[in-house]
Amino acid sequence: MADRAEVLDEFRIAVDGVHLSRAGRRVFQGLSCGFVRGQITVILGESGAGKSTLLRLIGGLTRPDSGAVRVAGQDVAALGHADLYRMRDRIGMLFQYGALLDSMTVADNVALPLREHSDRSETEIATEVARRLDSVGLPDAGPLYPRELSGGMSRRAALARALVTEPEIVLCDEPFSGLDPLNVRRIERLLVDLNQRLGLTMLVASHHLASSMRMAHRIVFLTEGRAVSGEPDRLADSSERAIVDFLAAERGDEVPAEGSTG
Amino acid sequence: MQPSPVRDLLVGLFVLVGLGALGYLTFQVGGLSWKRPGGLTVYAAFDDVGGLKQRSPVSISGVKVGEVSGVELDELLRARVVLELDGELEVPVDSAARILTSGVLGDQFVALEPGAEEDILQTGDEIELTESALSIERLIGRFVNDAGLEEQ
Amino acid sequence: MRRPIERLGLRVLGSVSELGRMGVFVGGVVRAGVLPRYRVRRFIEELYDVGVLSLAIICLSGLTVGAVLALQGYYNLARFGAEGSLGAVVGLVLVRELGPVLTALLVTGRAASAMAAQIATMVTTEQLDGLRMMSVDPLDFVVAPKAKAMVVAMPLLNALFIVFAIFGGYLVGVSYLGLDGGQYWSSLESAIVFGQDIAGSVLKSVVFGTLVAIIATYRGYTAEPTAAGVSAATTGTVVTASVAVLVFDYAITALWGV
Repeated sequence: MADRAEVLDEFRIAVDGVHLSRAGRRVFQGLSCGFVRGQITVILGESGAGKSTLLRLIGGLTRPDSGAVRVAGQDVAALGHADLYRMRDRIGMLFQYGALLDSMTVADNVALPLREHSDRSETEIATEVARRLDSVGLPDAGPLYPRELSGGMSRRAALARALVTEPEIVLCDEPFSGLDPLNVRRIERLLVDLNQRLGLTMLVASHHLASSMRMAHRIVFLTEGRAVSGEPDRLADSSERAIVDFLAAERGDEVPAEGSTG
Repeated sequence: MQPSPVRDLLVGLFVLVGLGALGYLTFQVGGLSWKRPGGLTVYAAFDDVGGLKQRSPVSISGVKVGEVSGVELDELLRARVVLELDGELEVPVDSAARILTSGVLGDQFVALEPGAEEDILQTGDEIELTESALSIERLIGRFVNDAGLEEQ
Repeated sequence: MRRPIERLGLRVLGSVSELGRMGVFVGGVVRAGVLPRYRVRRFIEELYDVGVLSLAIICLSGLTVGAVLALQGYYNLARFGAEGSLGAVVGLVLVRELGPVLTALLVTGRAASAMAAQIATMVTTEQLDGLRMMSVDPLDFVVAPKAKAMVVAMPLLNALFIVFAIFGGYLVGVSYLGLDGGQYWSSLESAIVFGQDIAGSVLKSVVFGTLVAIIATYRGYTAEPTAAGVSAATTGTVVTASVAVLVFDYAITALWGV
């Protein structure tokens, strides 16, 4: 497994030498990794390794202390307010708990990007919303409020919302956390299906190893502020301490106490 | 939130009632007058206006017919009071204006005592006969003086 | 010896930069509020939250404050035989001071704290980030309508408070203490001048509304994304806004003699 991802042009998204500190703690130290266009890349790592932070960097929600975050050729970290907002038209993000607006119905939530950024009529929007909700398996959820949905349902609704503007890049922050195996499978299948049908570039931050191995074209493993990237089936061959422990834990083996890795 | 017609109605009511309260305070209590067409504006000069001020009432025979809208000094350093009266009033030109106090310690007001002439006041006219406000100090001073004179 | 001075210096610098950040925030909100889209729908909903839901406490407090003023005022005025001026006394105190200040404090406790909590919760649940990723500026979509509603509602609530309080004073003064009704109204009306008093009262409540709006939305927006952060934003709003209202009230009264 390669220790350092080379920043090639085929990477639709490239993180280059990023340093980031939060509350006195160093999150990333010279982080470099790339994400291939049209592939599902799973970002693995211990909790606190910076998976969500990496996604936020790519979405421009967080700025690095130094280094570049290139998305479709542009350095997101250096964009001004207006340019950043325009860049986000190409990116859809699925947040860990959905992040649907709780003051609006599911249908209004999904419709929001359309109402804000397109000129479509209300009837067109309603049709589109119904179609999207249908495609994520929530045909009747439109009139419900987010608080009336289960965890899996609200995540699927949030996915519908993220996709409604037809972005080319989708960022998913721990889409499986807290879900039962049935819903994990559902969402996993949805994501794979979307990637295959629409060729979306997907970044999935997760610590759910099983799904990750099944869906990923590539793995980016975050440890000690750096990234280690490679093919999923090569993961077991890695000599990285953190990866070894991670896999051991998954298998049910003994692992060293906290603090000796990551 | 779903658009709720009830909530919209309540918001509309709130704004209306609030503006109404503001309007009441502005016009009725605060006395901002939207220019009443045909109002009668006359002037009267006094040696001493006492506590008379803007918005003090003007009355004839005890009935309020207008307000004081301003007090200024004229060239002779007398106090010139601007009286805004109802437009329909017919006040003879030789009427008198006296500054009285309502009650013993109350607010001061201008009382107009109608004269006998046939001509009536027009806007811009001056009331010639004026009697200044009584000041307690002068009254006491006069009383003490008179009492002193008697003893001699 | 050097340490406390260093710390003081750092704190001063910190406060100044906080003020700067607040300035940037306010600039963003004003820009968002002034440019289209105007978000009338959300503005109306926020106006409901701030205005309509505060009506009960404002009107009730108004009545009681007016009644208490009349009670206190009457006994003191009666000592000089000047109870005829009760209307004027009640009216002037209300219009110039108690109306704008008490309204602002009541609204701060009820609506501003709720506003800060709402925004802070949206930060914690990543709803604001969600909006950003949909290329919607949270300042435009969430904050500006809330701030506008607060600035609009405050003078209206102030007017209602004063009206109810004047009426409360009337009830006590006339019905209970036996004052002459006509005298109450005429002394009230002759004492209060639009320019000095009413306009000043409206100005104060608009200033207070703006202050409270800024503090509540800023505190909510910059809250730590945790439950403790939401709670801190809420209580912090009430404390900061209340103090700000009182300080500005003094400043306005001293400078403009209102």
